[in-house]
Amino acid sequence: MFAYYLDLALRSLKRNKVLTALMVLAIAVGIGASMTTLTVVHLLSGDPIPGKSGVLFFPQVDPENPARADHTEPYPAMDYRSATDLWNAHRADRQALVTSSPVKVRAPGTGRPPLILSMLSTTTDFFPMFEVPFQYGAGWSAQDDANRARVAVISADLNAKLFGGANSVGRSLRVRDTDVRIVGVLKPWRPTPLFYDPWSQNFSKTEDVFVPFTSSMEINEGNFQAYTCWHVPDDTHHLQNSDCVWVWLWAELDSPAKASSYARFVADYAEQQKAMGRFAIGKEHVRVRDVMTMLTARGMVPDDVRLQAWLASAFLAICLFNAVGLLLAKFLRRSGEIGVRRALGASRRAIFSQCLVEAGVIGLLGGFFGWLLTLIGLWLVRQQPVDYAHLAHVDTAMFLTTFVTAVATSLLAGLIPALRASRVVPAWQLKAL
Amino acid sequence: MQIRPILAALRRHRLATLLIAMEIALACAVLCNACFLVVQRWKLIQTQSGVDENSLAVLTVNGFEPTQAADVNARMLVGLRAIPGMQAVTLINQVPFGPQAGAAGISRDADSFKNTIGVVDFVLAEPGTFQVLGLKLVEGRMPQADDYRPATNFAPMDAQVLVSRALAEHAWPGESPIGKEFWCDKLHFRVMGVVDHFARAHPREWGAQAAEWTVFTPTLPGGSLAGTYLLRASPADLPRVLRTARDAVAKIAPDVVLDQENSQTITDLRTDYFKSDRIMIDLLIGVIVTMLGVTALGIVGLASFWVQQRRRQIGVRRALGATRGDILRYFQTENFLIVTGGILLGMVLAFALNLALMTHYELPRLPFYYLPIGALVLWGLGQLAVLGPALRAAAVPPVVATRSV
Repeated sequence: MFAYYLDLALRSLKRNKVLTALMVLAIAVGIGASMTTLTVVHLLSGDPIPGKSGVLFFPQVDPENPARADHTEPYPAMDYRSATDLWNAHRADRQALVTSSPVKVRAPGTGRPPLILSMLSTTTDFFPMFEVPFQYGAGWSAQDDANRARVAVISADLNAKLFGGANSVGRSLRVRDTDVRIVGVLKPWRPTPLFYDPWSQNFSKTEDVFVPFTSSMEINEGNFQAYTCWHVPDDTHHLQNSDCVWVWLWAELDSPAKASSYARFVADYAEQQKAMGRFAIGKEHVRVRDVMTMLTARGMVPDDVRLQAWLASAFLAICLFNAVGLLLAKFLRRSGEIGVRRALGASRRAIFSQCLVEAGVIGLLGGFFGWLLTLIGLWLVRQQPVDYAHLAHVDTAMFLTTFVTAVATSLLAGLIPALRASRVVPAWQLKAL
Repeated sequence: MQIRPILAALRRHRLATLLIAMEIALACAVLCNACFLVVQRWKLIQTQSGVDENSLAVLTVNGFEPTQAADVNARMLVGLRAIPGMQAVTLINQVPFGPQAGAAGISRDADSFKNTIGVVDFVLAEPGTFQVLGLKLVEGRMPQADDYRPATNFAPMDAQVLVSRALAEHAWPGESPIGKEFWCDKLHFRVMGVVDHFARAHPREWGAQAAEWTVFTPTLPGGSLAGTYLLRASPADLPRVLRTARDAVAKIAPDVVLDQENSQTITDLRTDYFKSDRIMIDLLIGVIVTMLGVTALGIVGLASFWVQQRRRQIGVRRALGATRGDILRYFQTENFLIVTGGILLGMVLAFALNLALMTHYELPRLPFYYLPIGALVLWGLGQLAVLGPALRAAAVPPVVATRSV
């Protein structure tokens, strides 16, 4: 029966090619626009570190004192003292102090001009915590952190630029005025969004040079930049004793029990600092969020992209109303034909299925072209000068979603007209003949 | 034209009529809001910088120690001024649409977190920069030689400054800002003049109201004022002069690093800065055009069906004396009624959509005049779309009445 309905549907669609083309086009454009934007939203709100995002936590306290009245959330960074206090307590399975700063880097012996790069200052656990992949060598040790060792890990990009991609472990790099020894070279690594840096543009690249936190404090002293200050520091560039936030902390906590006890520890610390008079606000402004919660709070998907998704959805709705209206008119125009079939013994269900098959064919065609348009749309997104352009591609999940959405929406669109057509009263139609 | 028979006929096609009206309602809502968004973005792109953009460029170098600042400044200024076609080179810490150098919260009270004015950009500039920028003084006086103070902190500790008109009106509404004082923690400032327009580095991120909250701070070179140079040349010469200047840096100061990305003409910085808005405008216009196209096609399709379906009735009417004009007007009126219904619903939807956008995207309220404009566009579109099928209907000969379908 299905084959017969399919044949009928194709005949009916062929009878008015222009109109069929219009319906297919309307569905295709609606699907193409909405799936392009939804794919972008989906890709932008992805998990940057699947499997571990639930055990990595970003503690926040609020050192601002006095606190502004409109200050309702803690800053996404801490002052030096709070961050190092929490770090020194060693309450997490793994933990990393992090901050970043611009620095001048030269590679002696390569004859290349100096570069200004972004340097990440962190502690040894950073690499295993965030599953940072190494091409050559490895990260530094806790001993190196304690000894302020002059060592560095460099990105794949920088290694390619300075050393042509060769194994550069053991070579030296001049960071500002200090020689550091390269101990590790990363494989290409680009977590998206760049979750571990709370101030970064969401889709920017990782830093190129990684140096032990303690060493970098000496190497790049004076060049660290504050996220914000609540008192103007006496010397804008020396932040360690300033009323500025510029360092942040990550903690890995393997079980929910550890996570809640760590949250209590941070809250206790804030209360204790408040009692000492150093903080204005205690545990009310303590946050210990895991990766996805923190990213949601920070707002990962750019406003423009969300706006586009809204627009595209409205657009899809318009296209669907259009398709339903046209299908309805199309089916009802055949009322006479349907009346004859009913009179000859076809059940309502048979008419309904026949109409639905026809709607489904249009939906499949619309879905196919919509999928092509989605590919074109994503290609267009990749051509745009936006920082998330490199992400815009179709993954399997979105490919299936697009197709299923296309067929489902057009079947849904066919439902009302098919239902209406199956209710045609045969006697009236036969009289009209 | 009698409306009653048309309504009676439409009642026979309730579902189809409702669907097309819904489509028009949605189109109306999206059209009004999308046009509004386009206009908002367009206004953003038009943000006035208050400086002579066409003649100005900025060149930034970094990678030198604070102790070398004086030496780097001296070498750069001499070297850059020697470039043929260069009209002026002065030190500045930031320009409109470039990287933001110093934004800080200010208040009307000393040493207080109360009575705050807002977060403003401090533009530090050495003598001569005011004229090179081309700022327009509207009140008070220009900075004199002894107004320039060294910036030991991010700004001078105690300085006479000029503020933009927008900041003056925000901070001291209805009063003359001249002589007014304000503080940023322990830093103290007194207003000596007001400039007409002066955009901050990142105007769009601070919203339309705060886009020009800028403080022009006369500052002596050194300290926080080093490494960023404002270049002026005739608009025709500017690209060449900037290229020469960028190439010359390696010779003038071999140890410093040229910031490629931020050494641009102001015009290029502006284009870059508003790129995402331009993309959004293109996209919105694309959506509007496609949406109107799809809606028109829907109307054409439905009207064509109805014309075919009613061929016999049309023939009967023609045989009973209706003119072609009557038939044409029948379909036009029918379309007008459906579109009107859609627009009425669409206006409500438009405001609902606007409310949603306002809560999520800090958008202002949709002005009322967008609705009649949207309505006119949709009426026009409906009439255009129905014209083809209606003409075909009018061409149905009366003889059809005598034939069975």
